[in-house]
This record gives sequence, C-alpha cells and structure tokens, in this order.
Amino acid sequence: MKLSAPFIYGLLACVLLISAPHAEHLPLWVSLVSALLMVWRAYLVYSNKPLPQRGLLFMLMAGSVGGIFITFHTLFGREAGVTLLILLAALKLLEVRSERDATIVIYLACFILITEFFYSQSLLTAMLMFATLLVILATWIHLHSGTLAFISRLRIAGMILLQAIPLTIILFVLFPRVQGPLWGLPQDAYANTGLDDKMSPGSVGHLVLSDEVAFRITFTGTPPRRNQMYWRGPVLWNFDGQTWTPGKSAFGQIKPPRLDNPGSPANYTVTLEPHNKTWLFTLEMPTNISIPAGFTYDFQVWQKVPVTARLRYTAHSQLSYRANIEEDRRQLQRALMIPVNLNPRAQILAAQWRASSANDEEITRKALSYFNHEGFQYTLSPPPLGTNEVDDFLFETHKGFCEHFASSFVFLMRAAGVPARVVTGYQGGEYNNIGNYYIVRQSDAHAWAEVWLSGRGWVRIDPTAAIAPARLELGMAAALPETDSATLPWISRSHISWLSNFRFNLDSLTNQWNQWVLGYNPERQFAFLTRIGMEEITWQNMAFTLLGGIALLVGLFTFFMLRKLATLNTDKAQQLYLKFCAKLSKKGIVREMHEGPQDFAARVAQIKPQLASPIANITELYVTLRYTKQIDAGALQRLSRAVAAFKL
Amino acid sequence: MVKTVFSALRQKFRIWLFRPKIESGSVTLNQRRIFIIPTRQGLGFVGVLLVMLLGDINYNLSLGYVLTFLLGTTTLMAMVHTFRNMAQLEIRAGRTESVFSGEMAEFVFHFHNTGKLARYHLKLTSSNVQEVIFDIAARQGMEVKLPIPATQRGWLCSGRLTLSTEFPLGLYHAWSYLQFDTRCLVFPKPSPPHPLPVSAAPNGTGTLNVTGDEDFAGLRNYVAGDPIPRIAWKALAREQGLQVKQFSSPQGQELWLEWGHLPALSAERKLQILTRWVLDADAQGIQYGLRLPDIELPPGQGTLHRLECLRALALCGLQT
Repeated sequence: MKLSAPFIYGLLACVLLISAPHAEHLPLWVSLVSALLMVWRAYLVYSNKPLPQRGLLFMLMAGSVGGIFITFHTLFGREAGVTLLILLAALKLLEVRSERDATIVIYLACFILITEFFYSQSLLTAMLMFATLLVILATWIHLHSGTLAFISRLRIAGMILLQAIPLTIILFVLFPRVQGPLWGLPQDAYANTGLDDKMSPGSVGHLVLSDEVAFRITFTGTPPRRNQMYWRGPVLWNFDGQTWTPGKSAFGQIKPPRLDNPGSPANYTVTLEPHNKTWLFTLEMPTNISIPAGFTYDFQVWQKVPVTARLRYTAHSQLSYRANIEEDRRQLQRALMIPVNLNPRAQILAAQWRASSANDEEITRKALSYFNHEGFQYTLSPPPLGTNEVDDFLFETHKGFCEHFASSFVFLMRAAGVPARVVTGYQGGEYNNIGNYYIVRQSDAHAWAEVWLSGRGWVRIDPTAAIAPARLELGMAAALPETDSATLPWISRSHISWLSNFRFNLDSLTNQWNQWVLGYNPERQFAFLTRIGMEEITWQNMAFTLLGGIALLVGLFTFFMLRKLATLNTDKAQQLYLKFCAKLSKKGIVREMHEGPQDFAARVAQIKPQLASPIANITELYVTLRYTKQIDAGALQRLSRAVAAFKL
Repeated sequence: MVKTVFSALRQKFRIWLFRPKIESGSVTLNQRRIFIIPTRQGLGFVGVLLVMLLGDINYNLSLGYVLTFLLGTTTLMAMVHTFRNMAQLEIRAGRTESVFSGEMAEFVFHFHNTGKLARYHLKLTSSNVQEVIFDIAARQGMEVKLPIPATQRGWLCSGRLTLSTEFPLGLYHAWSYLQFDTRCLVFPKPSPPHPLPVSAAPNGTGTLNVTGDEDFAGLRNYVAGDPIPRIAWKALAREQGLQVKQFSSPQGQELWLEWGHLPALSAERKLQILTRWVLDADAQGIQYGLRLPDIELPPGQGTLHRLECLRALALCGLQT
C-alpha cells in the first residue's frame, strides 16, 4: 500500500510536535538537523520525488550517532537517549515506505512524548501533550481508515480520547504505586537549581534572578509575620577567605540540638520542589517533622537521600527560643576560626570593638551600627572584590548583596572573639490569597548570621536588615534600588492587581496540580484511598478494585455503543398501530405480512361492519403520520386516544 | 498418535467456533459471529506501553503515568471501536449476473447499517485474493461488488468470504465469515471465431444465405430481444416506430447447432465452439436450435432463447 501525501504530512506534524518542546534543551545542531530532515521529507512528498537511498540514510544515521557521542560522550543516559530518539524519528521519516514503517514512527512519537516529562510536568505541558496526542491519534487513524477527511479523523480521535479519560482516572488513582527508582538513575536524572551548601560573593545573588518556586507552605493556624519567616537551610562554619562551607565537626560525639524557653509555635506543611540535595527547609527553629529526617547539632533538617521528587512534609517550629545555651566548647572554637593572614583591616576594626566593649552583645550592636552608618548599599550588582574581600567590601566598595553582609559580619564577629556562623536559606514568602498558602521562590534566597551569646545561645542577626529593612518586610523588589529591580524576574516586580490576581490563580492551580497529580505518590494514594472509604489497602484489594472498575466501565461503554447500533426503526405511530393490530389479532383477525394498512382495514370492515368507522379513523391517522413527512403531535395524540378507545 | 488426536480436536474446535454454514437471506453480525484478536502491531504497542510504565515508575513521572494510562485505555477502547465497526451490520447477497468463463464474476452484496455510527474501512475478501474496501455511512445501505474470477463453466459459488476491519488503530483484527448460497452461472468461454455449420437442410443448397432478404415477409412491431440488424431503420426514419423486418424462412433454413457434428475434440472445446456459434447465430438473427448429448433445445430466437442455450452449455454434463 502506498502511503498518501496527506498521511505523510500528518506524520511530519506528529514528529514536529513531539520534538519542538525539546528544542530548548537539545544541542543546537540536533534541532537544526532534525528540522532540515523534516523539511527535506516535506519537499520530497510535495514534489513527489523518491525517497533517498538506504546507503545515504545509513551514513546520516552513523553521522548522527557519532555527533551525539561527541556531544555527550555517551549514547546512554537521559539527555543522550532523548536526543538519539528524536534524531531517529526524523531519520525514520525519510524511510517511511510501508504501513509498518509508519506504525514505527507513530510508536516512536508516543514514546518521545513521554520523555518531555523529564523536563517539565506543568499543567501547560499536560495540555500540550493532550493536543499532540490528538494529532498522533488522528494520523494513526488515517492509516486504518483509508480516505477519511481530516476533520472526521480528528473527531474520532477526540472521541476515543474522551472515552478513555474516565478509565485513565481510575487507573491513575488505583494503579498500585511503587516508589521509584527501580534501578540506578543516571546522575543527570534531575535538574537542580537552588541553594548550594557553599557561599561565595554572588552565589545567592544569581539565584535571586530566578522566579522558580522553591517550596510552598500552608500554615495551620496564624502564620508568622513575614520578617519572622527565616527558612533555615545549610549552616556554614568554615571560611577560607573566599568561600563559606559547612565544614566538618571532627569531634566525634556532639550533643544533640536543644531549645530552651520555646515560644510562638508554628505548624505548617511544606511542599518542597525537588532540588537534588539532602536538606529540607523549615522555619527557625524546627522541633518536629512528619517524615523520617535527621536534626543536626546546628538545627539543620536533612534526609538520607537527595530530594528528587516533590516532597511534602509537616513541620513544627518555635519562633522564639534559646538555642544550645550549653554549646560544646569545641563547637564554639570552630565558630571563631578565621584565616589569620587575610583581611587585616577588618581584624583591626574587630579588635578595637573588642577592646572598647564590655561584652559580646555590645560588639554585635557596634557591628550593626557600623553597617548602618557607613553608607552601605544593598545591590544586586556589587563591584568585584579582591583577595581580601571582606576588607574590600567593608572599606572600599560598600556595595553588596546579603551574602556580602552576612559573610563580613560573621568575619568581624569571629575576629572580635564572638562565636558566629553563616546560615543560608530563604527569607519571607509571597502570600497567595486564592490558595491560602505562601510561595517561596528562588528569588527569596537569603543569607544571615548567628552569633552565640552566653546565656542566650545562638541568636539570629540579619545584617541585611540593618541596611535594607524593606527586604524583610516587603521583599526583594522594595529593597533594591530601582535600577537593580529592573533585572529581577517580572514576577517579583508586578504590583498590578489584576495581574497578580491572575498570577495567584495560576499558581494556585499549579499547586493543586502539583499536590494531586504530580505528587500522587504511594503515601498520597494511601491517604486518598482511605479517605474515599477503602478499607484494608493492600496490593490485592487495589488490583481487584482496579480490574472491577475497568470491567464495569468498558462494559458500560460497550453497552451504550452497541445500543447506538441497534435497530430502532419502529416509531411512535408504528408502535401504536401495532398495538391496534395486536388487539385485533386477539380476536383472531390477523394482519397478513403482505397486507397494507388500508387493505387490512377494508378486510376488517367487511368482517366487523360495526367497527368500520373507528378502524377507518385509526388507519387514516396512521397512514398520515407514517407516510407523509410532516410531524404532527396532535395527530399522534389523536391516534393514541383512538387506539386506546378501540374495543372489539 | 497424539498429533492426530490433537489436530482432530482442533478441527472440531474450529467447526464449533466458526460454524461453517451456508446461509440464505440476510445475516446480522452479532457477537457470536464477530471474532477479534490483537494484531502483531497491537502486541508491539503493549510492549511499548510496558516500557513506558517502567520509565514512569523508575523516574516517578506522574504525568508519564497519565500518558501511559491514557494510551493504555485508548488501546482498550480501540477494541470496542473495532468491534462496533462491524457489529449489527446487516448483509444480504444480491443477484449476480452470469458471465463467461475467464471473466470476472461480480458478486453483489447489500450491506445495511441501521445504527447511528458510520462504519469505516471494512474489507470484504474472498478466499482467493480478491478484496474490496468500503465505508458505510450511518443509517445507510451500500451495494458492494466483489469480483471473483470465473475460471470454469458451471455454477460458481462465492465461497467463504471474510469481512474484516482493523479500524481505528490497527491494534485489533476483527473478522466474520460470510458464506451465502448465492451463485453465479458461468458460461463456457466462447472459442475464437469459428464458421457457423452448414445447415443440414433437405434442399441441400449447401450454403446458408443468412443475410439475404429476398424472402422479406413484412414488418412487425419490435419486441425486446429482437436482433438489431433486423430493425427497420427506414421505417423508424418515417416515424412509424421501432419495427422489425420479418423474413419467411423456409423450414429447412433453420440452423441446428449440433454436438454430434463437431469433429473429435475434447468436450470442453466442443462446448466452447458451440458457445461461439450460439453467440454468432444470435447476433445474425438466425433461427437456431441446440442439440447436446443430454438436452435438445428446439430452434428459436431472441435473448431468452440465447440464455437458455448458454445455460444448457454451461451446465452440460454437470450435476446440478
């Protein structure tokens, strides 16, 4: 069977639709080559020219595989695999000669469609998937329906898809979920944007440019004030003069974290986007978390494996506290280490403060007032710093972002003999009044300091607040000078009410989508099935319910479809007439098969002359209703009455 | 031993399942008559779906689950659609025109779709490779002609036909066997031109002046089946209507086409020559009779006579 030109165009549309969304992460040459191959194929169909020789295709294939190997240094793994599949599909188009080849391209298209979900599983992607699937199905139907018009095919495809939805929902809800992975994942399985456990000048600043969601939070009870929302991430102890790292506490047994005088509790549920790191974010200071996780000596919460899927947990925090009043001496020693030969001017300044102050608290106050009064500026684009970066920042440039302030503050504290450390995480959150939850974005990334004061334990000090208090109250856009805020993602800038309303609606929808569709994991499934009243959720029970549901739905569906096919050509008038005939046949007057209504009426009138007039009436009404095109409700009623009144 | 038992059982099963039976009248395709199995492509697609499912589980792709289930369900729904594409169709065999051996016999079947759904890409196949593909709109009838080569004179049966469909996705093959009692009469293939026999007329003139008009006897009104060369065109031109010239043919002018007068040839060959003669004699408007070993048809003329002769030739020596 020769494949028709419209069918080839349909196949081209399928391959185009499945590969276009991949273009943004494919190597440029792959996009170009696939586009060229498709244009070539379209040209060949258009001009009705023969397909290229197999030898040439083989060479192209070898070239593509070679190119992929050079680009990725492998042919396996996610990126290389997807790229290979897309090139294969485009090349296969040039080889489609038979129905079998076409089927292979369609199967390949279905398969490539799923690979898009490695990169995005948003609502928009889902809608695009649906549209693509519609085109694929319409093309597929083309292969088995001859010359059916495109619109009819699209309609059939749409109908099949619509019919498939109820069963898909049942499968989605009831199909026993297994927590992956089944086998080792390649290293590149998940993208990771987000906070790192290293901090150097600019490392937080570049995150601020991203409007990606880091996590969403729903509070039970009153949410804390915005300036109290410090989402604790990695705590950094070690400083090499340029970069802060967590370091290692090489002290063996360390006392577990301890909170005294807790107050202002907060309960909340966090839905954390996957960031491929082991730490979890909680409000300072966390006391409890609903999932298996560990608390470190410096109040970090972490789990054993990196967060590779959207994670939900409920946590409990105390917003006022005294943290580790009795801190291990060795830990305090760690919190005083600085590279001695760097930043001499800062060290001198710290020494002056130490000399002129009565206690540690006074030193911190002096430092904060120093930041406040020496003309420091909060900016996203600080000038570059030299080797003595703390000195350069403190005495030369005076311009920096939160990591500059946190870093130099902690350096000053340590130089003055006050134990201090850097804490990174997120600050604040945007309230979505439509979904009643908070959104924390990458742009809310922040760094602050903690100092240990005797009798008070670890105390949070945010030097950024001293320079730009608006950062805590109103967010990034309000705190930055106007020239800077232009570079922020538009989402952090917009204050137009309808726009932000739309944005909140959209995010609310996304949140629901994330919670119920994307986040439908074994735990959610269990919770949901319990809620809809399924007792004893076992593998077998789920399988039985699933099979039962499928059988029921397919049965119902088949029943309705076959009903549509059943012969129902007896209309109302005919039914009434048949009733009349049945009445007569009870008395032995049977209408012959060949006998028309009028002949029959004439015959009956001869047998039963006394009934001649009602019979004539019924027959006339019936003949009018049945054999003239016009529909007359009144006549039907009269017939109905006449038949009912007819008695022998 | 086991093998023979097994094949016998298999044969029994096939007979039970497919119930080979010749039908007359109209047939409605119901569940009992429609068979459906996944095609090789269908099994292949299930393989693709399983690989997709493994990927979903391994990478925790929720949307991947959605797509996989959607495609899986579509696969299931496609089965119902394949089935419904044939279900409740009414089929009746129509009249089939007789043909000469060597031609194509066109078997006519009337399909009637009483349902509200159209049927697409139905394929009617005879046991030899002939096939015809057609669609039937909702609430429509359709006349389908299936050409079957007529290779032998006599009765040609349509044999067991297969009505099948793989609509919509080619994942399933649904089929039904149709075996109607309809048959087509196949006349012997006319031999190449062969001169008509010399009339065995008593006057012994030797030749037959078939086109002579010296015995013109007058005109009569045309009746269907009169040979065209005898139409009085001049009379038609004079607006006297369609009339036919009549000739008074003397008794001995009748032509007998006789099996016995043919030289020693094979029976089929003889029948072919006789067929040729019947056609030629009919075309020339001669009164002719046919004498076969088992039947004798008195001299006559016209379409009916010709068909009767051809029928006798077609069935000569065959059990019917």
